[in-house]
Amino acid sequence: MNLNTSTLTAHELIEKLDGREITLEEVLSGLRERINKIDPQVKAYVRRNEPQAAVNPAAAGPLKGIPVTVKDNICTEGLNTECCSHILEGFRPPYDATVIRKLKSAGATILGLKANMDEFAFGSSTENSYFGPTHNPWRLDCVPGGSSGGSAAAVAADEAVFALGSDTGGSIRQPAAFCGVVGMKPTYGRVSRYGLIAFASSLDQIGPITKDVEDCSLLLGVISGHDPLDSTSVDAPVPDYGKSLDRDIKGLKIAIPKEYFVEGMEAQVKEALEEAVSELKKLGATVKEISLPHTKYAVPVYYIVATAEASSNLARFDGVQYGLRIKSENLIEMYKKTRGEGFGQEAKRRVILGTFALSHGYYEAYYLNALKVRTLIKRDFDGAFKEFDCIVTPTSPSAAFKIGEKVEDPLKMYLSDIYTISANLAGIPAISVPCGFTGDNLPVGLQILARPFDEGTLLKAAFAYEQATVWHKMKPKV
Amino acid sequence: MDYQAVIGLEVHAHLKTRTKAFCGCPTEFGAPANSQVCPVCLGFPGSLPVLNKAALDFAVKVALALNCTVQEFTKLDRKNYFYPDLPKNYQISQYDLPLSRNGFLDIFTGKTRKRIGITRVHLEEDAGKLIHQESVSLVDFNRSGIPLLEIVSEPDINSPQEAYAYLTALKSILEYLEVSDCDMEKGSLRCDANISVRKAGEKTLGTKAELKNMNSFKAVRDALDYEILRQSEEVASGNAVVQETRLWDAGKQKTLPMRAKEEAKDYRYFPEPDLPPFIIRAEAIEEVRKGIPEMPREKISRFMSDFGISEYDATILTSRKEDALFAEECIKEYPEKDKKTVTNWLIGPLLSEANNRNCALPGLRITAKRLLGLISLVERQEISGLSAKTVLTEMIDSGREAGEIIKEKGLSQVSDSASLESVADEVIRENVKSVADFKQGKESALMFLVGQAMKKSRGKANPKVIQEVLKRRLADA
Ligand SMILES: [Zn+2]
Repeated sequence: MNLNTSTLTAHELIEKLDGREITLEEVLSGLRERINKIDPQVKAYVRRNEPQAAVNPAAAGPLKGIPVTVKDNICTEGLNTECCSHILEGFRPPYDATVIRKLKSAGATILGLKANMDEFAFGSSTENSYFGPTHNPWRLDCVPGGSSGGSAAAVAADEAVFALGSDTGGSIRQPAAFCGVVGMKPTYGRVSRYGLIAFASSLDQIGPITKDVEDCSLLLGVISGHDPLDSTSVDAPVPDYGKSLDRDIKGLKIAIPKEYFVEGMEAQVKEALEEAVSELKKLGATVKEISLPHTKYAVPVYYIVATAEASSNLARFDGVQYGLRIKSENLIEMYKKTRGEGFGQEAKRRVILGTFALSHGYYEAYYLNALKVRTLIKRDFDGAFKEFDCIVTPTSPSAAFKIGEKVEDPLKMYLSDIYTISANLAGIPAISVPCGFTGDNLPVGLQILARPFDEGTLLKAAFAYEQATVWHKMKPKV
Repeated sequence: MDYQAVIGLEVHAHLKTRTKAFCGCPTEFGAPANSQVCPVCLGFPGSLPVLNKAALDFAVKVALALNCTVQEFTKLDRKNYFYPDLPKNYQISQYDLPLSRNGFLDIFTGKTRKRIGITRVHLEEDAGKLIHQESVSLVDFNRSGIPLLEIVSEPDINSPQEAYAYLTALKSILEYLEVSDCDMEKGSLRCDANISVRKAGEKTLGTKAELKNMNSFKAVRDALDYEILRQSEEVASGNAVVQETRLWDAGKQKTLPMRAKEEAKDYRYFPEPDLPPFIIRAEAIEEVRKGIPEMPREKISRFMSDFGISEYDATILTSRKEDALFAEECIKEYPEKDKKTVTNWLIGPLLSEANNRNCALPGLRITAKRLLGLISLVERQEISGLSAKTVLTEMIDSGREAGEIIKEKGLSQVSDSASLESVADEVIRENVKSVADFKQGKESALMFLVGQAMKKSRGKANPKVIQEVLKRRLADA
């Protein structure tokens, strides 16, 4: 059979495997070929030279052995999981993250290669990886977004069927937008964090990065659900997300927050959004402008809460038990040298910021106040969702930028997360779907947000929009 | 010049839950190094803690027994500091919303009762253990994650004796609740002390020192004794007491300043984001309260009112729960209304046998019935009190019955006056001077002769009978 399987979505592959049109071996070898051909340019995967075969090609279960690509910060038993950091060099967890366990029992194959990312998920461009940057398949001189840039680029370049990313402030949605694929951050507590190497525990969430909305619903359904190993995972029933995909959004009440249309938004992004909104209206949704008054505080609040938690979460990387250890004369020297050499610049910056924010005399002014404002941001959304089913915004104020363009200006880099951060602070679900291209042929993403645990509505709206447009069918020419 | 010591104690007690505070690893002591560990208690990346409900229940139990108010809303916090025995480089502890506050504990020193305030009782996790070898240091994480209670007293303690009594009373409560082994040698109970001195009558507090590294209650008492003296001398000679941490050196019997440079402690506490705050509902607290057994204080009162024994005796008998259970059985079964005899037996020979053997009363393997049997043999004058103690030791050693031992060793008391006459005659012959003294009206000489006769009969003579025989023979002599 001569079919190019690597361009297919997971649900298409399942159909063809069910119909015996293709074999799992063809799927796996097709993907291997594609990776070998494309990845030297895209660099979506890390440690490519290490002979890491795909593990557990278990054809049983609904996923039929289809391979899933995993971000380097999600623990996979026996496979290197290093958060693309020097400090975790050689770390092979003795256990699977809960999402991996669930995927395996649903019959997925866990791809042995792990996806590139910003070190410890600190970044919006995947340039902060110890292994070097990933390139955007649409334009190789541009970033794929971050921190799940490897996962998004792999899916966009057909080097992955579908992938897992993690999202702390937009790390799934922004790279999905930059690479023209679908990415969802589920509700905080929807998906177990057990086995996700923590960046900011109160914000982190694992989610799918896929070629279309149907795959997103498929993958979300497999990884969702309460996990007794994660006390922050919520014991709420997981609906059959496939049922949300009915294309009928008549009467859906959509809000557009006026605070998001401020300086910094590129004109082409604005145009793409406006077109998307009129498409949604055509499909029967009502759209109204609202105010989320505390939006302007989201970035500062985020960078206090996230760095504070990160400073504590990263304390364990000290050279004592695993990963890198720079041998030294005494303990303090070992700590200093190991952490000094093991962490990249952005990791150090965030650990220092977070340590400062929690320090005696500053805790009240920074951390405590940030928590209070976080509550206000959440209330903004609670208020909006009393009246509306969804909120739509651009996923990012710009399309993908050039590699190296923002490296020297962390503040500018931080502002590229301005539209995605609020969903993490409020704990609500959000999805990014492709909604057009800039003049430079770079994808633009549409973000949809919904009530906590209402991923169903997100999928419904996203699917209706996707099926009415052609964007998800566009492929980069790599 | 008189100085008053102001002491506050911070006690850490292991809770003997079956599994650790935040993972499923067992908590048993003495297992091979790093055999009771998992990704969670090793702090592996990606692992997450899950609160052990039993640890929380145990903590609430202790808080209630210490008369604390249990907070309805409580949370866990991270205490951040780097140390190789702390796998995450933060400890899950409690900061501004501890499980409970404002309790008290009544203690006895001599015959006086004193109430010591309890500032707070909170839950946290223990760290691992560093093992220093010649050129390397190793870490055993078996202890890492074992639930720990921190019990902080108010600075209401004013002497090393009070500190000792506080620790004894606290240990007794923890043991009664069966929540902790309280073994300082195994590290399941640890105590640090804050101590300052001030001139008698002064209101303001002096500068305090923090004492660590005390491995027994006695060491706490000794360290405080030493420190009071040291600080008093500093103040008396016009020197300032330095605020510092000092370590007790049991060999030198001295406290010495900790050599490592002390950095300003900033633990950067913040709420543990991996564990949501929790509400302990009033009904749940009541449920725990119902499960609290009779506490030492209540037992003391009951022993006093039910059995008419003194507060002092009752305190000794109830200090260990196992002792109290055994004592109560003996006292109840003892047929006489006046319980003095059996109480004396328990506090005297029984507890001293137990102390010698480093066990509690039930560990002596002598049943209440057998003990009472032995006591009744003495009361019926079938053996002497002296022989009875020998028999008791033998009963404990061999686990045999009293009668058997008495028979084998020929210890039954001789009350037959005829067979004692020859003993009496011998004594009279050998103690000419005492006989003369007696004849001149010196009553104490008779007691001496009785003693000699007892000795000759190797304790088997009934003292009352031998006295009668002696009197009679002396009159004849
Ligand atoms: Zn464990």
